[in-house]
Amino acid sequence: MDDPRGDMERHESPPSLWPVGAIGAALVAVCGFLWARDVVRGGRATTVATAPPLEEGRAPGAPPIPADKGEAAMPEPAPGERFPRNVFLENATLGLGAIIGGVVTLPVIGFAVMPAFLKQHSHEVDLGPISNFQEGQYVVATFLREPSQGEVSRRTAFIRNNGLLHGKPSFTCISNRCAHLGCPVQPGGPTFDDKSKTVKTPSGQVSLIPSLPAAGFICPCHGGTYDQEGNRIAGPPVRGLDRFEFWIRNGNLILGNTYSVAQVTGTGANAEIKRYTLTGPGQHVDGIESWLYPLQPPH
Amino acid sequence: MARRKSDRMQQIERMALYPLDWLEERSGLIGGVRYFLFRKVPGDTSWWHTLGSATLTAFLVQLATGVILAMYYKPDVNSAHESVQHITNDVWAGWLVRGMHRWGASVFIILMFMHMGRVFLFGAYKYPRELNWIVGVLLLATGLFEGLTGYLLPYDQTAYWATVVAININGTAPFVGPFLASLLRGGAEIGPDTLARFYSLHMLLVPGALLGLIGLHLYLVVRLGVSSPPWSPEAAGGQPEPEPPPARSGLVQPRPRAGVRGRPE
Repeated sequence: MDDPRGDMERHESPPSLWPVGAIGAALVAVCGFLWARDVVRGGRATTVATAPPLEEGRAPGAPPIPADKGEAAMPEPAPGERFPRNVFLENATLGLGAIIGGVVTLPVIGFAVMPAFLKQHSHEVDLGPISNFQEGQYVVATFLREPSQGEVSRRTAFIRNNGLLHGKPSFTCISNRCAHLGCPVQPGGPTFDDKSKTVKTPSGQVSLIPSLPAAGFICPCHGGTYDQEGNRIAGPPVRGLDRFEFWIRNGNLILGNTYSVAQVTGTGANAEIKRYTLTGPGQHVDGIESWLYPLQPPH
Repeated sequence: MARRKSDRMQQIERMALYPLDWLEERSGLIGGVRYFLFRKVPGDTSWWHTLGSATLTAFLVQLATGVILAMYYKPDVNSAHESVQHITNDVWAGWLVRGMHRWGASVFIILMFMHMGRVFLFGAYKYPRELNWIVGVLLLATGLFEGLTGYLLPYDQTAYWATVVAININGTAPFVGPFLASLLRGGAEIGPDTLARFYSLHMLLVPGALLGLIGLHLYLVVRLGVSSPPWSPEAAGGQPEPEPPPARSGLVQPRPRAGVRGRPE
C-alpha cells in the first residue's frame, strides 16, 4: 500500500555533528592558548616594530647606503643550505597536500571498489510445489534470482526429483553455468515445450519445462560436456557443474545459494557430493591447480 | 620572383592574421603548433611511418563518434538494447555513426598492431626510444580494454555472453583473478551495475587514460624525433641521396637548383 505522505519506515537519524564541534573546540583551545601566551609575554609586535640598528661606521642622519654598496643584510647561504622554516614549509605543503588528496581520493576509490565485494548474497528462490516435479524427470526451471533487478538476473537450474531418500524427498539441482567460462549449458536431448508450466510463486513467475537430457548437458560456447549428474565428461571444463542448495518449505521446493562441485560419485538420490565454496568458472576446486585460487571474493 | 603585394592586400593579410598574432603573443600556441607540425624528420621516412598518425586519426574518429553516440545511448539493462536499435534504425544517420564507431574500433586495434609491427621491424624501439615502446604497449593494453568494455554496450546475446566469457577468463588468473572478475562485474554476478560500470569505464576512465598516454607518446615522438628506416644510408653515416629535381607540370620551366651551374636563367 502506497502512503502518499511517504513510506512509514523509520529512517536513521542524520549523522551527529558533535565531532565537528569537538574538533573546533580543540582548535579554539590551542589557538587561544598560543594567543594568550603571546599576550602574556608582552607581544611580539613591539620587537618587530623597533627601528633596525644603525649600520656600523655610519653617522646618524647620513644618506642611506645604496643596496649594492652596503653589506648584505644576511650572509649569503652556502649552496645547498636549507633553513628550518623553509624545510618545514615544504614538508607542510607536501604533507597537507597528501592528507587532502587522501581524504578526497580514498572514499572515491572505495566507492568504486567496495560494492563489488560487500553484501553479496543471493535470495532464495521458491520454485513452487514439489508435485510439479515428476520423479526421475529433469525439469529446466527458469526464474529471476533477484526480482528487483529484472531480466538481467534470470537464471536457469536443472531440477530432478530423485524420489525419497530415508523418507525425505531428494532433488538434484544443477546450475546451468558452465564450469569452463560461464556460458549457459543446454540439456543434451529434447525439451518438451508443450508440457511446460508457468508457476506463480512468492519469487515471481517460474517456468518449468520437462526435458530428457539423455546426453547430459552440453555447452554451446566451447563444447564442454557433462553427464546427467553434472560431471565433466569432455571438453574444456575443469570440474563438474555447480549445484544449488535446496530445501522444502510448506511443500514448495526452495533453491538457496550455489556451491561448487569437483566430481559427483553415484547417481540420483545416492549421489555423494563433496561441497566446495562457490568458485568462478574455469577455476579448479580440487587438486594441485586449486592452490592457484586460495581466496575467493564473497559470492 | 614574388610579385610585390599591393597595400590593400597587405592590409587584408594583417587583418586576417591579427587574431593569430594576438593568440601567439599571449600563449605561444601558434608557435607550438608550428613546431609540432613542421619539425624536422629524416629525409627517407616512408609511408610506413604514417601508421602512427593513422592510428591517432582512428582514435579521434572513435572519440568524436563515441561522444555523439553517448547522446542517444541509455546505459540501463532494460533500455540499452532498445536504445541501440533506436540509434541504428530511427535516429538520422545513426546507422552511419554507429557503424563508424563499431568498425572504427576494429580499425583502431588493427592499426595499433600494424604500427607496433612497423616499429618492431624498423628497430625503432631501440635507444633512446625504449620508453616510447613501453608507453605504446600500455596504449595497446588500454585500447584492447576499451574494446572489451565497449563490446558489452549493445547488450544483445553476443555482447552479454562474450562479456561473461571475458570476465571469467580474467577470473582464472592465479590468485588475483577471482577478485579482478568481481571488480569488473561490480559484484558476484553480472547485473545492472555491470553495464553501467562498463559504460563508465568505456567512455570516461579508459579514454582518459588513452588520451594521457597518447599525449606522453607524442611528446616522446617529438622530443626524440622520428627514426630512419633500417636501410637508410643517411642514418648509417653515408651521404644523403641526391634529391631528384622537383616534378613540375609541363609548361613550367624548372628553377635552377643551387650548386648547378651553366644552366640558362
